[in-house]
Amino acid sequence: MKVTYFPGCTLKNKAKQLDIYGHKCAKALGVELEEIEKWQCCGGAFTTSSDEIATKLSSVRALKEAESKNQPLVSLCSACHNVLKQTNHAIQTNETFRARVNNYMADGEYNGGAKVMHYLELLRDVIGYDAVKEKVVNALNGKKVACYYGCLLLRPSKVMQMDDPENPQIMENLVRALGGEPILFPYKNECCGAYVSFENKDYTAVKSGKICNNATLNGADIILTACPLCKYNLEKCGSDIPVVYFTELLAEAFGIKE
Amino acid sequence: MQRIGVFVCWCGSNIAATVDVEAVSQALAKEPGVVHSANYQYMCSQAGQDLIRAAIKEHKLTGIVVCSCSPRMHEMTFRKTAESAGINPYMVEIANIREQCSWIHKDILTGTEKAIVLGRTAIAKVNLNAPLTAGESPVTKRALVIGGGIAGIQTALDIADAGFEVDIVEKNPTIGGKMAQLDKTFPTLDCAACILTPKMVDVAQHEKIRIFSYSEVAAVKGFVGNFDVTIKKKARYVREDVCTGCGLCTEKCPVKKVPNEFNLGMDTRRAIYIPFAQAVPKVATIDADYCNMLKNGKCGVCSKVCTAKAIDYEQKDTLIEEKYGAIVVATGFNPISMEKFDEYAYSQSKDVVTSLEFERIMNAAGPTQGKLVRPSDGKHPHTLVFVQCVGSRCANCAEKGKEYCSKICCMYTAKHAMLTRDKYPDTDVYVFYIDVRTPGKNFDEFYRRAAEEYGVHYVKGMVGKVMPEGDKLMVRASDLIANKQINIAADMVILAAAIEPDKSARSIATMLTASMDTNDFFTEAHPKLRPVESPTAGIFLSGACQGPKDIPETVAQAGAAAAKVIGLLAKDKLKGNPCVASSNELMCNGCSSCERVCPYGAISYVDKEFRGPNRTVLVRRVAQVNPAVCQGCGACTVACPSGAMDLKGFATKQIMAEVDAICK
Repeated sequence: MKVTYFPGCTLKNKAKQLDIYGHKCAKALGVELEEIEKWQCCGGAFTTSSDEIATKLSSVRALKEAESKNQPLVSLCSACHNVLKQTNHAIQTNETFRARVNNYMADGEYNGGAKVMHYLELLRDVIGYDAVKEKVVNALNGKKVACYYGCLLLRPSKVMQMDDPENPQIMENLVRALGGEPILFPYKNECCGAYVSFENKDYTAVKSGKICNNATLNGADIILTACPLCKYNLEKCGSDIPVVYFTELLAEAFGIKE
Repeated sequence: MQRIGVFVCWCGSNIAATVDVEAVSQALAKEPGVVHSANYQYMCSQAGQDLIRAAIKEHKLTGIVVCSCSPRMHEMTFRKTAESAGINPYMVEIANIREQCSWIHKDILTGTEKAIVLGRTAIAKVNLNAPLTAGESPVTKRALVIGGGIAGIQTALDIADAGFEVDIVEKNPTIGGKMAQLDKTFPTLDCAACILTPKMVDVAQHEKIRIFSYSEVAAVKGFVGNFDVTIKKKARYVREDVCTGCGLCTEKCPVKKVPNEFNLGMDTRRAIYIPFAQAVPKVATIDADYCNMLKNGKCGVCSKVCTAKAIDYEQKDTLIEEKYGAIVVATGFNPISMEKFDEYAYSQSKDVVTSLEFERIMNAAGPTQGKLVRPSDGKHPHTLVFVQCVGSRCANCAEKGKEYCSKICCMYTAKHAMLTRDKYPDTDVYVFYIDVRTPGKNFDEFYRRAAEEYGVHYVKGMVGKVMPEGDKLMVRASDLIANKQINIAADMVILAAAIEPDKSARSIATMLTASMDTNDFFTEAHPKLRPVESPTAGIFLSGACQGPKDIPETVAQAGAAAAKVIGLLAKDKLKGNPCVASSNELMCNGCSSCERVCPYGAISYVDKEFRGPNRTVLVRRVAQVNPAVCQGCGACTVACPSGAMDLKGFATKQIMAEVDAICK
């Protein structure tokens, strides 16, 4: 099976492990991530500039390419996924937005026909956790994992529709399939401080510090994330609990981690 | 040829605003068989009915078509009108031009065109109608009540007081239901046990009432007035007629660590137990999942200590067959499971409890003898946070909670908050709510007393999460009026879990062929005008099985259901439905297809003699329908390969004529 893949800028620099192991694990599961040839930045945060059209156009082009190939558009980065999904939703539901976007689309209109899917959803809904389980060679042997969602994967929940925003289970169930033990972790959907780290590192350190402390308090060995910005903030807060991408953990369990 | 009268109703503006009623009556006047066509503002009114009666006399009508609302509303009305003017009631057909036409169309041209087609269809059918006469069936003068909570108890008492026999089937070892677990009842704060247990005793002592406790309904056959019910009496390994309820066995049993379901698992009971002191029947029951004697034959203590010799390890489940004229469903409710609500830390902390658990903690007969202490460390809590609507009014989380309002939570939370503040003035009590809904006699006064006199902090907003930290529960919530986030270090959190119908309701509904809504609440025959009857004849609804209800409402509805049952059982005979299947024996080839699909067991086969060629006699096996049992569902007419089976009043020929009229 082939899917259209949108990596996003960070996955080619700071978050290479997210990208590399994403590819390898998909291959192990019989899925090929077909990277869009000329992808551009997703546009960054959707909500801070929801009335700005220009920054959404690269997302629209990616969506259009996936639609033309009749494949789901898969991404790994929480932020990219959030922008792609929200842009697609705006095109589907907001007539003015759609018209304004299509003014820029020289080679044909886009009307929201693509299906946007996060890699985690691909694992859960298309491949299935049973199939994931079959590929496990190094079971995690009860490793205690704090599944950290942050905000972008889950909210706005009516648009993202990935999981229950108050008590998500998609990563927990993945960890269970890999033989790990997801811990109960009330800070799993708290904000890490996000882009405030550009301006006020102390503030993000407090926000992220609480998350790391709570994970440690509840007995976690590692924190699992899908978001490069969350990982950055959590690692800079002064706590020493390891923060890893879910694709790294997947690769570890599949025995393909280098 | 029939002489048909057509009567088009305006239904005020309900129909007339979207359908040109004059045009409809003129167009239908030209249809074959129609000799009279009129329209009137309210055909169901006395004046409208008089109009029909007069027309029947004047035009010597033999068939009537009324273009009006759904036949569910007024078919009976117009049948009676026709009958009073000397026409067989089954010569009346309704064309539904309201629910299926005027209400769903906006454009008068479309609406009118469709109304004409619907009228024409009914006329085509009446042209082929034949007079039908309903048969009669006797009524078994005994009622079955499924469920022995306050709803079932009240219904049973009311029916029995009217002089009819009643059986209660209760799946637990005792009757009493959820109300037996409650501490005080709002808004008067009388103790639940004090008002419930006398009723339980009344049930036990009533000569007309039998209690089948620890029993379930296994199968239901038959129809209104004549239900055949199989009741499975589960083995309790104690002879009910011998046990005195002394309770010695429950003190001596060596298996001590069985979670006590009556206290919601907050303490333990023995493997042989009596759920609570006032249980009815007060008889011990052995829990086969835990009893050593039943599991591996090593023990027998209860048998040794029982002076009444009531213990019987060899007891088996038994099936009892009974006949009933009416069945009342009173299967009640349960709080939903909290397993999908990890954000409130229910599984993480013992100090996060549901409201029903809190009810047991506050109850003098509960696990803490009514002392408010934290389940984790037995310490007195100082800050308590109540969270309302946990799983209720979940518009966007149907997979997790319920869309509906559970109705009782605002009031019991006000009660809990008030009682806590009353008994322990050193506590700080917060209640988080979406809305406070307190309609009901003396309800709002009660809630205001909690907030104003007892100083309960009501905060509009929901709790986002509960985070156990040390021996505190950090509650993060929003205060929507102050527009800020608030954090409270609480000692206990109490969750007002949504309520849902008991799990047994679905299988019971299937057995009874009674309908349910998407939430598994039983549906009533009419939401306003027939609230205690199921659309299935002879099935009645009592209590929370029909929708969330508090005790006053449940008791009122239980009495209403009883009144309906009494009305039914008071009759000696019931008029049946003449629209039943019948088999044309000359065409029947005896294949048994109809018998296999009949859900009511109304079809049997007989060997019958037929005249053959040359004065010979042939014996053939043919189908016969018992008209008293047939419900007229029509499944057999579809299954019959030779076309021998037909439904009176809905003959294939009539249906085809209707289809032709639509397609004309």
